[in-house]
Amino acid sequence: MMNSIILNAATRLLVALLLLFSVYMLLRGHNLPGGGFIGGLIGSTGFILYAIALGPEACRKALNFEPQNIAMIGLGISLGAGIYPVFFDDAFFTGQWWFIGDRATGDYLPISSVLFFDIGVYLVVFGSILTLVLALEEEV
Amino acid sequence: MAKGGAEVPRLAGGPAGWISVLIPAALFAWFAQFLGPVAAGETPLIGFDWVPSMGIRIEMLIDGLSLTFALLITGIGTLVTLYTTSYLGKHPEYPRFVLYLMAFMVGMLGLVLADNLIALFVFWEVTTLSSYLLIGFTSDSAKSRRSALQALLVTATGGLALLAGMIVLGQAAGTYSLAEIRTMGDAIRDHAHYEAILVLFLAGAFTKSAQFPFHFWLPNAMAAPTPVSAYLHSATMVKGGIYLMARMNPTLGGTEPWFWALVIAGGFTTVFASFLAIRQTDIKQVLAYTTLMALGALTLFIGAGSSDAIKAAMIFLVVHSLYKAALFLMIGIVDHETGTREATDLRGLARKMPITFIAGALAAISMAGIPPFFGFIGKEFLYKAGLEADTATLWITGTIFAASVLMFVAAGISVARPFLGRLPERFKDVHEGPLPMWIGPFLLGALSLFLGIYSDIPEIWLVGPATDAVYGAPVSVDLYLFREVNEAFILSMITFAVGFFLYLGHGWLRKVLARIITANPIKFDPGWDRVLDGLKATAEFQTRYLQSGVLTRYVFIIFATFAVTTGFTLWAQDALNFRLDLTAELDGLLFKHWAVLLFITSGAILTALTGSRMTAIAALGVVGIGVALIFIMFSAPDVAITQLLVETLVVVLVAVAMLKLPHLGLRTSEPNRPVHAMLSIAVGVVTTLVLVAVLQDDLDLRLTEYFNATSYYEAFGSNIVNVILVDFRALDTFGEIAVVVIAALSAYALLRGTRYGTIREDADTAAPSTTEDRT
Repeated sequence: MMNSIILNAATRLLVALLLLFSVYMLLRGHNLPGGGFIGGLIGSTGFILYAIALGPEACRKALNFEPQNIAMIGLGISLGAGIYPVFFDDAFFTGQWWFIGDRATGDYLPISSVLFFDIGVYLVVFGSILTLVLALEEEV
Repeated sequence: MAKGGAEVPRLAGGPAGWISVLIPAALFAWFAQFLGPVAAGETPLIGFDWVPSMGIRIEMLIDGLSLTFALLITGIGTLVTLYTTSYLGKHPEYPRFVLYLMAFMVGMLGLVLADNLIALFVFWEVTTLSSYLLIGFTSDSAKSRRSALQALLVTATGGLALLAGMIVLGQAAGTYSLAEIRTMGDAIRDHAHYEAILVLFLAGAFTKSAQFPFHFWLPNAMAAPTPVSAYLHSATMVKGGIYLMARMNPTLGGTEPWFWALVIAGGFTTVFASFLAIRQTDIKQVLAYTTLMALGALTLFIGAGSSDAIKAAMIFLVVHSLYKAALFLMIGIVDHETGTREATDLRGLARKMPITFIAGALAAISMAGIPPFFGFIGKEFLYKAGLEADTATLWITGTIFAASVLMFVAAGISVARPFLGRLPERFKDVHEGPLPMWIGPFLLGALSLFLGIYSDIPEIWLVGPATDAVYGAPVSVDLYLFREVNEAFILSMITFAVGFFLYLGHGWLRKVLARIITANPIKFDPGWDRVLDGLKATAEFQTRYLQSGVLTRYVFIIFATFAVTTGFTLWAQDALNFRLDLTAELDGLLFKHWAVLLFITSGAILTALTGSRMTAIAALGVVGIGVALIFIMFSAPDVAITQLLVETLVVVLVAVAMLKLPHLGLRTSEPNRPVHAMLSIAVGVVTTLVLVAVLQDDLDLRLTEYFNATSYYEAFGSNIVNVILVDFRALDTFGEIAVVVIAALSAYALLRGTRYGTIREDADTAAPSTTEDRT
């Protein structure tokens, strides 16, 4: 933990920006550079910054959940997204798509099991890195 | 051993007890309905798809062989679980025992019913694991833990060989279905891999059925509670190997290697085990060795392979299961009531335990092969098949003659000896065992007599269909007690005479055998310990050298291995034979390329030369960012972003960890520094050579084209990298994120473990004082 007013003040702004940016990266990943892995990395840097500026205790409090639980939940979501197609006579991890709206005019919102898989990846990366960093910071 | 939990009041096992009896009884009734169709020549297949994409289907193949086994498993299972309610019902761990026993029964049923080879293997391993838990049930005894581990290691090693054999067989046959494979016998026998399949299958079968030289685990497995010995190690599990050989007979049998492997191993096991049986004084051990003998005889006759031999083996299979389970249960009652199983101590119990005596006597007469019991028919057919064998007639007949004589003696030792004669003073207060205990052996013994007198019942329903299934073609089975005075009958009479005299002199015989066996220098059981010690020593040695705990050494080993193996491969594959136009290559470099190159090399040099850890980490980060720039130049933004983020995180992580570590000032005086420098140069050179060699050929763009063409239309995504990660190869990604979680949790445990470790040490030092207080 560093007692720097500039860092403290900047962190509050940056964490919000980084988290927002990480979700943006996660969602655009299917068509543009990004995705769950990159999103998770960006999201975790936000909280790492928070931990460096305000200390690991404050960071845990802000997280609300134990980071290792976040990682496990992510793994569960990914597994769920993989098992889901089995109920529709498809092989494991076959993408399932829903197009909300009118596909013919192009005015629609595509949702897929692949997206949930990617969200799982995001949470795994996010949770795992924070597990490591927070444990390390508390140890030192 | 069963009396440990006597202070816990419980009604003879409670609900666990009744459920455990009802399940096998219900299954027995369910299987019994197939007797008619199977006797009529049908082979019902019942099943569902398990892993359809790999062609694995759970399917029950009900033919004569599997039905005979299934009825034995559930029928004897019912009687054994009933027996257990009295034998272990008051044990505090009784429900756990029942759970293991039921798991075993399911595994064994699956093993004999499975149509798919892979499913068969899974059930095969279920029986191995549940057998381990059951042998080691009295886990506070070191002997029983050792026996359990020994049985597990021997049979699981065989199981792995079996799995390999199944895969080779599946590849050779093009299917994993037994129903299909058994019609392809000629093709398999002519296949190039036939010998490999045979050796691997026999390794599995011989370890499971305790054939010489893998026999030693079975007598040790008798450390298990008696119901387990009666059920697993005489009537069912050890016959798993026999089942496999019988099942594979139409596919693998009938060749010279098959014949000689089975006839020699089976025959040797038979004779060897018979002599060891007579040498024992513990009646349970006598029965254990006669079981070994029976398994040897079954192997021998399946190997002999003629229709008569298969028929004899199938009769003997049923005969043996009936009388051997009964005898084990009987000695369990004796042990339960008197507290000993020593043939030299027990005498005259018939007056005190009449029903147990009758049950044991019925089974023992069947074992001795005296008419009109089913055992007599079994022995007659063994002799007949032996005498009519085309090859190795003398070996087979001689083996079975010696075994029958010694079985006669063993029957005397295990029943006549403890029950007849004058009752010694110390057994005055002994009384009969409870009904749930004697009913099992009594029924089994009575069945041995019944099936002997009404021999057309097993002929039509069990032995006939089973023989057809094993032989692979219909065989006429006609069981009879006596028809004419032939060679087999005369041989039987000689057997009784010799057996009777040997029984009278068995005290003397035991002493002679004991002397011979003690003098023999080759001992398998201590040899096993030697093998385990060797394994542990090897593990310790390689751990000390490869897993030293010194990070520098780990990294050194990894990179040295990389440099040597990759360098050697490059040289051996003649990949260095390329021409490189260096001046043209350098002319093609733009200013931005030179800048990145300078950036990376200066970072690398600074990392190697700096005296501060922090500087080294930061400089390494510079190298990583330089690499990310290269990715950007060659338009791989996803990889570049990831690289950039990972570099940043690594610097942060390592920097946090390094805050605690000392300064690097002394590094230049390290003696290994020149060696490390040479290694890093070698790794650099090898990597460069690999990259240059790779670029010599045109890049294979087939995958790129495939994903370009399909990613948008099939997966609705235009970022190919991400579509591959989350859709086309999502299973791989799932494996990777699982590894990420495991790594994070392990690191967390390591970091936190040191803290909790100190707490545990405190608890340990506090522990002795509390025990002192108690005593």
